[in-house]
Amino acid sequence: MTAVVNIFLKDGVLDPQGKAAHHALDSLGFAGVDDVRIGKQIIIKLDTDDKVKAEAEAKEMCETLLANTVIEDYTIEIN
Amino acid sequence: MKVAVLRFPGTNCEFDTQYAFEKLGYTTELIWHEEDTLPSDIDLVVVPGGFSYGDYLRSGSIARFSPIMKTVIQFAHNGGKVLGICNGFQILTEAGLLPGALKRNNNLHFISKHQNLCVINNDNAFLNQCEKGEVLNIPIAHADGNYYIDEEDFKQIEANGQILLRYCDTQGNPVVVNGSVTSIAGVCNEAKNVFGLMPHPERALEVILGSVDGIRMLKGFSA
Repeated sequence: MTAVVNIFLKDGVLDPQGKAAHHALDSLGFAGVDDVRIGKQIIIKLDTDDKVKAEAEAKEMCETLLANTVIEDYTIEIN
Repeated sequence: MKVAVLRFPGTNCEFDTQYAFEKLGYTTELIWHEEDTLPSDIDLVVVPGGFSYGDYLRSGSIARFSPIMKTVIQFAHNGGKVLGICNGFQILTEAGLLPGALKRNNNLHFISKHQNLCVINNDNAFLNQCEKGEVLNIPIAHADGNYYIDEEDFKQIEANGQILLRYCDTQGNPVVVNGSVTSIAGVCNEAKNVFGLMPHPERALEVILGSVDGIRMLKGFSA
């Protein structure tokens, strides 16, 4: 199975890269942009066919290493 | 006083740090990250600056799991003194030895310059040679020095006297340098045996390099 992990700064934690991209979009004339957040995506190939197990493993990986939960939130999608 | 200076792939301040502590009369030993023990007579572990593991994933996030860090975490839990400078500060927050986290600078630039710092608390093993409110001139050089801590934890570290240093002007008034919460440049843990700061005191020991204020900071550990 494949775990697709998306990691973003928490709401309320200023995302300076998102802000810079937002300014750039504004100055390029893209109207109506309310907010831009930049995160990262990590794709993990797992040697299991058990969706529940895959999700539990990916969650442990996020909590241990992949995300810093002081400043970041993450989502996991299992395919 | 014997100081262990850690070395990870990508560390680049280990020799400056070693030179600085030797100059101030400490005995030092470089410790490679694959070691899993510290010499038994170590009084202080210093995690120096650099770009451990290329800052991949997040600054300090991979170094934090190296074999030597397990030993350092145990050393700290037993009351051993640990100092993290720049990337070392990032590693110690990632390891959970210090509160908060370090994010990308608000202006997205790598900032490298001399910076005034105000001493906020000196009742600890690190800054005891400095006066409270004193302004120190110490170089900074970082891209991920934007200190973040949530409101609840901020109140706690402020009340416990864990805020060590703030970026300031020549008069000691806080200034925004990288976006840090209340301009924080350095903190310690609740037990006050683990210290972290983004500025580089080891680069401020010689008049010819623009400042000698780092001497009093690093001398604190031998007081």
